[in-house]
Amino acid sequence: MAGALSEYFRNVFDTAAAVLEGMAVTCSHFVRKPTTVQYPDRTDVRVQDTLPYRYRGILEVDLEICTGCLACERACPIDCIVIDAKKDKGTRKMMLNRFDIDIAKCMYCGLCSEPCPTGAIHHTPEFEGADYSLESMVRRFVNESVEAYKPKKVEDDPKISPILERGMRYLDEFAEPGDEAGADA
Amino acid sequence: MLQTFLDSLIADGTFGAIPRDVAYAIGMVAAGAAVVFGFVLNISGVTTFVERRVWARIQSRVGPNRVGPQGILQWLADGLKLLMKEEAIPYAADATLFKLAPFVVTIGFITAFVAIPFSSALIVADLNLGILYITSMTSLVVVGIMIAGWASNNKWALIGGIRAAAQIVSYEIPAALSIFTVILITGTLSTQGIIQQQGWGPWDWFIFHSPFTFIGFFVTFVALLAEGNRTPFDLPEAESELVAGFVTEYSGARYLFFFLVEWGNLYIIGAILVTLFLGGWQAPHITDSVVGMNILQALTFIVKSYLFVILMMWIRATLPRVRVDQLMTTCWKYLLPISFVNFMGTALWVMIWPQGFRFAEIVLTAMGFGLVGYFLYRVAFHLRRSGAQITLSPLS
Repeated sequence: MAGALSEYFRNVFDTAAAVLEGMAVTCSHFVRKPTTVQYPDRTDVRVQDTLPYRYRGILEVDLEICTGCLACERACPIDCIVIDAKKDKGTRKMMLNRFDIDIAKCMYCGLCSEPCPTGAIHHTPEFEGADYSLESMVRRFVNESVEAYKPKKVEDDPKISPILERGMRYLDEFAEPGDEAGADA
Repeated sequence: MLQTFLDSLIADGTFGAIPRDVAYAIGMVAAGAAVVFGFVLNISGVTTFVERRVWARIQSRVGPNRVGPQGILQWLADGLKLLMKEEAIPYAADATLFKLAPFVVTIGFITAFVAIPFSSALIVADLNLGILYITSMTSLVVVGIMIAGWASNNKWALIGGIRAAAQIVSYEIPAALSIFTVILITGTLSTQGIIQQQGWGPWDWFIFHSPFTFIGFFVTFVALLAEGNRTPFDLPEAESELVAGFVTEYSGARYLFFFLVEWGNLYIIGAILVTLFLGGWQAPHITDSVVGMNILQALTFIVKSYLFVILMMWIRATLPRVRVDQLMTTCWKYLLPISFVNFMGTALWVMIWPQGFRFAEIVLTAMGFGLVGYFLYRVAFHLRRSGAQITLSPLS
């Protein structure tokens, strides 16, 4: 009898003490600074700029250094890359007529950027791909036929060499983000 | 007070040839509309916004802060959205009752404001059985909830409605018994009468009147929480088991009414507790101006009541929902015996010290502050241990 009564009061006391302690924990959270980031417009820097160098966002192609080897098209497991590269009969040069990436299909696996010999196709930290139609999700990189890049022993064209340098660094798995020609975020 | 004001207007001939009863009716409708549109709707709406912000801060979020400065107009946006939404009435529902239910709930909630005082002069009607009127009117809400649950023709809604009924009927008893302890001291049911017998200092409040009222305060708080279907007793709308309980089938404006009641009820709970135990609108007499004193009193009352509203939000962010059997155990095995003992103890106390026992009041006040102090010590302990960044600004 006495045991039951003391248990009764212990229950009441335990409940009160537990509630008090729980309220103290939540009250301590109440005066803390919120930890959430107010994406997209109230962040100190653009969220894209805070992402790591090798973040796999929307794909981009540097046509200046694309050799037209079709390695990425073959590597793509879902065929979202379509390339039309033909050798021009007259000039004997590789011409790129079409380079489309369907972002709606892309699953950001990164398999296309691995076999690329120059690092022309690469992921960017850009991830905001929302649009109003499926059609506009297809990124077309070639508007009119351009000549494909022909690798040389030493690249001396001042316009192309930084792009190539960036591409080669992208292929290096342990590369740090570069300063001037680095991740073009 | 309203009647004397109307009588003076009739004597002045403001109403012209309108019969006396019609003039009274106009006055009552005008006063009711002023309270409802000027206070009730706004306090419910603002409470939804404050709740979301308080809750967010406890969860290390920011909460709604885009509509208007700091998101203060979020509640208007939510309300407008719900008002403009299409209302769907289930094919199998009892359409008449289904449409009626939200209004029964709203009437039960809004009529309670008649007897809730704001200051010594600001009260719609100082009924001589005020506190009984408030408790009975807030219990009317359960009728509406039952109608909603049954008329929806939905299993979840029905279970929610039945749970609400079982819960409110059970918790009515400890709530009423604890309210009786205060009535034993005052000898009046009028809300103004109860407040007038308290003072502005905590030592004059009924919570510190005797050890029994001190415990009675907590019993009343828990019982009123359960009556208002608030966490941890929000079983009628337990999301994890009943979708949304009795509001499952509702949409649009009728849904809005249910939520108006849910959040408005928080203020009523706070107002009842403040009236009974925490000195109501009693404020220190710092000015002789009647208007000035009334403004001060109204501010005191609303601030005190709103602190309880915030406390209830805080509880909602802290405690998990109890099970149905735990709900009933809490009521019948714990609250009910304790409130009986309180009732008898207060009766004896009032018999021995009809004018109150000063020493006990001072000791209890010290104990109350000690409890708050210990609580703050625990809060500081948790803050120290986590080493988190602290900000006291509610806007960050």
